[in-house]
Amino acid sequence: MKGLAAPLRHARFVVTENPVTGFALALFILFIVAAVFGPSLAPHDPLASNTAQALQPPSGQYWFGTDQLGRDIFSRALVAARLDIGIAAASVALVFAMGGFAGLASGFFGGWTDALVGRLSDTIMAFPLFVLAMAIVAALGNTVPNIVLATAIINFPLYVRVARAETTTRRDAGFVDAARVAGHRDMGVLLGQVMPNIMPLMVVQMSLTMGYAILNAAGLSFIGLGVRPPTPEWGIMVAEGASFIVSGEWWVALFPGATLMVAVFCFNLLGDGLRDIVDPRRRT
Amino acid sequence: MAGLLLRLAGSLPALAAVIVVTFVLTRVLPGDAATYFAGPTASAESIAQIKAMLGLDRPLPEQFWNYIVALFHGNLGMSLTTGQPVLTDLAARLPASAELTLCGLFVAIGIAVPLGIAAAVRQGKMVDHVCRVLVTAGVSLPVFFTGLLLVYVFYFRLSWLPAPLGRLDAFASPPPTVTGFFLIDAAIAGEWETWRSAAAQLILPAATLGLFALAPIARITRASMLAVLGAEFIRTARASGLSGVTVIITYALRNALLPVITTLGMVFSFLLGANVLVEKVFAWPGIGSYAVEALIASDGAPVQGFVLTMAILYVLLNLTIDMVNRALDPRARRGS
Repeated sequence: MKGLAAPLRHARFVVTENPVTGFALALFILFIVAAVFGPSLAPHDPLASNTAQALQPPSGQYWFGTDQLGRDIFSRALVAARLDIGIAAASVALVFAMGGFAGLASGFFGGWTDALVGRLSDTIMAFPLFVLAMAIVAALGNTVPNIVLATAIINFPLYVRVARAETTTRRDAGFVDAARVAGHRDMGVLLGQVMPNIMPLMVVQMSLTMGYAILNAAGLSFIGLGVRPPTPEWGIMVAEGASFIVSGEWWVALFPGATLMVAVFCFNLLGDGLRDIVDPRRRT
Repeated sequence: MAGLLLRLAGSLPALAAVIVVTFVLTRVLPGDAATYFAGPTASAESIAQIKAMLGLDRPLPEQFWNYIVALFHGNLGMSLTTGQPVLTDLAARLPASAELTLCGLFVAIGIAVPLGIAAAVRQGKMVDHVCRVLVTAGVSLPVFFTGLLLVYVFYFRLSWLPAPLGRLDAFASPPPTVTGFFLIDAAIAGEWETWRSAAAQLILPAATLGLFALAPIARITRASMLAVLGAEFIRTARASGLSGVTVIITYALRNALLPVITTLGMVFSFLLGANVLVEKVFAWPGIGSYAVEALIASDGAPVQGFVLTMAILYVLLNLTIDMVNRALDPRARRGS
């Protein structure tokens, strides 16, 4: 427990010194609760249409108002948290595994492994990233797993870079030599010795890219790729509300959009806070 | 000169990669173009017929060769929705996208660079906090949502700006085409009424894109200015009695701009992607909304042409950024 005391003290210092991080943490817990319990917390059925109540402005009964089919926007935005955060979390986990391992191997072995991973990253970076994501989803088919995959692929170079840089600085470290002398094979050293050491920075990287992953998935849904109506999803809900902005029914697009924005903001702040804890040198 | 040629050759792998990936995405993966073309009621025979017609029954290397040949002839296929060759459609719509993206970039640079400088010079003061908030908010804003908010405020509430429906209002006719940029063409033709209409339509989408691209530029300007301002030559310049403005603009900024220009590569990656979303929000007749319409209609060739165009544009933009960097920084010329 002694080893944990100092980082914990530092974490408490960061959270209390910068109230924004504490605020982001509270928001994060709120979003996680919405993602886990959303469907049972929703005051109305998110899919039930009720044309008699169409396009009602926000009120005591409908906190965020109702959409063109009379569905409760608050319930829909709440239920959508699971899908949006789920897509982002799945894609970040996927790229953490793929990019993290590719970067580790690339930095550890060098040579052709490094060249191969490097070319793969360069190829991805040759595209404007959102356009590449569009192309991948359009080619593979309009499904949620494909959005997850596309979002993971466009983040791949970033993860490779972090993992590779951190691995290269540790490749010749004493503890690596010691592990080798003790008879560990390459893979054993890589996964048993090097990986645990680069883990904290990779976790920071995950939290920093969560926000971008949510934005990316919502953007794809906004242009009609990925999740389809009537599924509640923040990007689609904004797209559906877009046509009502010019006639003054602002709440249809505003509330889902604002929820999306706050979620992304929360993840970005949290990522910055986590980076301050793990890697204080990079504070700006 | 040799360095320049070397750099030109250096962007060839990226171009090759782009061409290969576009081919793989559209021909090799399960999504089947022939089934799209044939429609939902087609029999297996008619699908096979269409496959043969499109050359999709050939072995992959041969298909790839045909694809490259067609590409070099400027043949990107036909759009089912418009009935035009994709290349014609893209060429007609590209100026609209380019005008919007460049205006967005200018808005972003115009705000972000001075803001970044001010934040670095007055570190820890009010302007620095404003900069930090804008930078954090800027990367969190969904660009399609900011666009809609601006439309609501400036069109619906205040009626200061026209409805988000394309490049000109319904009563104006486009200026005679010279560059395809309405602002430039209208100015050349002296049609100031058209110019005003085009500018009014452009303000909101350009501001939306600008707000989005502002964050990375402001952050890097601030960081880079801070690094330069701490350097010894700045201390020397100050000690020599040069005025604050001379030190900041002539000495610090010129050196601090290099990382900013390098970051523009990343900014363009964001801008070209965000462009698609902004074009959809503002019914902007550019290549992004063309691709979105084609996506909805399951029309493969335009999407493919769009992805290829965007990727080639991006490679060229990166090349340009590199050239500018070389022109500004003697070290980059000698280094490689």
